[in-house]
Amino acid sequence: MTDSTFGLQSKKRLRLIFLRFFIWFAGMTPAVWLVWRLLTDQLGANPIEEVLHRLGDVSLVFLLVTLSITPLRGITGWNEVIKIRRPLGLFGFFYLTMHFLTYAVLDQTLDFEFIIEDVLERPYITIGFTAWVLLIPLAVTSTKGWIRRLGKRWKNLHRLAYLATTLGVAHFYWQVKADTYWPTLAALLIVGLMVYRIRGNRSGSWPQVLQSRKH
Amino acid sequence: MLIGKSKKIPSSEMTPENVYINRREFIGKSAAIGASTSLGWRSSDFGGLRERRFLQKDWSKVRSELDEELTPFGDVTSYNNFYEFGTGKSDPARNSHSLKPRPWTIEVGGLCDNPGTYDLADFIKPGKIEDRVYRMRCVEAWSMVIPWQGFSLKNVIDRAKPSGSARFVEFQTLNDVEQMPGQRYGVLRWPYIEGLRLDEAQHPLTMLVTGVYGTTLPNQNGAPIRLIVPWKYGFKGIKSIVSMRFLEQMPTNTWKRSASQEYGFYANVNPDVPHPRWSQARERRIGEFRRRPTLMFNGYADEVASLYSGMDLRIHY
Repeated sequence: MTDSTFGLQSKKRLRLIFLRFFIWFAGMTPAVWLVWRLLTDQLGANPIEEVLHRLGDVSLVFLLVTLSITPLRGITGWNEVIKIRRPLGLFGFFYLTMHFLTYAVLDQTLDFEFIIEDVLERPYITIGFTAWVLLIPLAVTSTKGWIRRLGKRWKNLHRLAYLATTLGVAHFYWQVKADTYWPTLAALLIVGLMVYRIRGNRSGSWPQVLQSRKH
Repeated sequence: MLIGKSKKIPSSEMTPENVYINRREFIGKSAAIGASTSLGWRSSDFGGLRERRFLQKDWSKVRSELDEELTPFGDVTSYNNFYEFGTGKSDPARNSHSLKPRPWTIEVGGLCDNPGTYDLADFIKPGKIEDRVYRMRCVEAWSMVIPWQGFSLKNVIDRAKPSGSARFVEFQTLNDVEQMPGQRYGVLRWPYIEGLRLDEAQHPLTMLVTGVYGTTLPNQNGAPIRLIVPWKYGFKGIKSIVSMRFLEQMPTNTWKRSASQEYGFYANVNPDVPHPRWSQARERRIGEFRRRPTLMFNGYADEVASLYSGMDLRIHY
C-alpha cells in the first residue's frame, strides 16, 4: 500500500465518521427538541396532540429523505451517500413507532376498544397503522445478516418502503381539516420519487444508470 | 350593571354566587390595572404575564355549575382555531395583533323592520353584560370550560324586529386581509360565515360575547364581539362579527361549504354521530390526561333538545 492510497483511505474513513456523526445528530435532534419542550412546558395547551403531530411530521420527513437518497446518488453521482440510507430509514421507523405509541398510550390511554374501532373504521388511521405494520419487517431485516440471507429478495421486500411512505402521506393529507399545503408538498415529493424510480428501472439497473449519467 | 341578571335565564346556566362575590373583588382590583369591561380595548398590553397570573389566581376558585374546573386563561388565549390568522393553534395568539377591534361597526340587515349600522357600544346596548361559564367543545374532539362575559343574542334580535318571513340569522366575520393576514390564503372562503335558525338564535343560552375571564376579549378569541352557542361545535361561534342578517333561506356556513359531508349547518355536539374521519364519542378536556365522554348537546340537552324534536340528527348533523 502506497502512502497516497493510505491517505485516500483515511480521508474516506474520516468522511464516513463525519457522515455517521451527522446522521446521529440529525436523527436525535427532533427527540431532544421534543423532550426539551416538554421539560420547559413549551408544548402548549394540548401537549399530547402537539407531541403526536410533531412525531408524525418527523417520521414522514425521515422516510421521504430516506427514499430521496437513491435519486440523490443518481443525480449527483455521490455513491457514499447510500451509507446513510439505512440509518435514516431506521430513524423514520423509530419516530413512526413513537408516533403510534403516543397515539395508543397517551392519546387513547390504551383503551383498546377505541383503538380497534379507530384502526378498523377510520380510514386515515387504518392506512397510517398499515404503514407502520409494513415497516416492521423492513426494520427487522435491515441488518447485514438479513441482507445476506435474503439476497435478491431483500431488495424487493424493501420496495415496500415506497408503499408505506405513500400511505403515510395519504394519512397526513387525510387528517388535516382545510390547510393542505404541507401534505400536498409531501404528496408531490413522493410522486416525483416514484416517477424517478420507475423511469430509472425501465432504462436498466442502477449501476447502469449511474454509468450513463457519468458520460 | 355589570352583574345584572335576567329573570328569563334558567337557573341552570346562571353563574354561581361565589363567582359574583369573587367578581366584585375582582372588579375592585381590575379598576387599578384598567381592565374593566367598560369597552376600553387594550390589545397591545394584553399578553402581559403579570396580568395573566393575576387573572388565573383570581378565577382559580371559580367553578361552573357542574363543578368542572375552568380552563386556565393562558390556554383559552393561546390554543385557538381562527384561520384568519393562520391554521396552527398558536397562530392566532401570535398573529392577531394586526386586528384593530376599535372602532368597530356592525351592520344589521336583511328581513327585519329595524335594520341599522351600529358602533359596537351602541350595538350591545340592549344587552346586559353578565358572567356565564360554558363548556366549549371543538369539532376536533377537545374541549374547555370558559367564563365568558356577554349577553343573550336575543336582545339584539328583538331590537332588529325580524319580519315574519325571517327564519335564519347569518353572521359574517371581518373581511380585511390587512388586519387578518391569514385571509391571503384560500384555505377557507372569506369572509367566514355562520348561521343559526331563528329559534336557535333566540334561545337564552345563545350568547354574544365581549369578554373572557373578566377582561376584554383578546383578538385571538374573536375581538371585539363573537358568538357562543354552547351546545354546538366551536366553529359555530363566529368571531369578530361585522354583520348580522335575517334570511328566509338557510345560509351556507363556511365549514359546510368547505366540506359538506363533514360539517353541517346544525353542528350540534353529538357523541353518537361521528365525524366521517374521527369519533365524537369522547373528547380531551384541555388540561386533562384521559379523554372524557362527550355529552349530548355538550351537556345542555335539557335546555335545547326540544329545538330538534322530530329531526333525524344523523341527517341534520
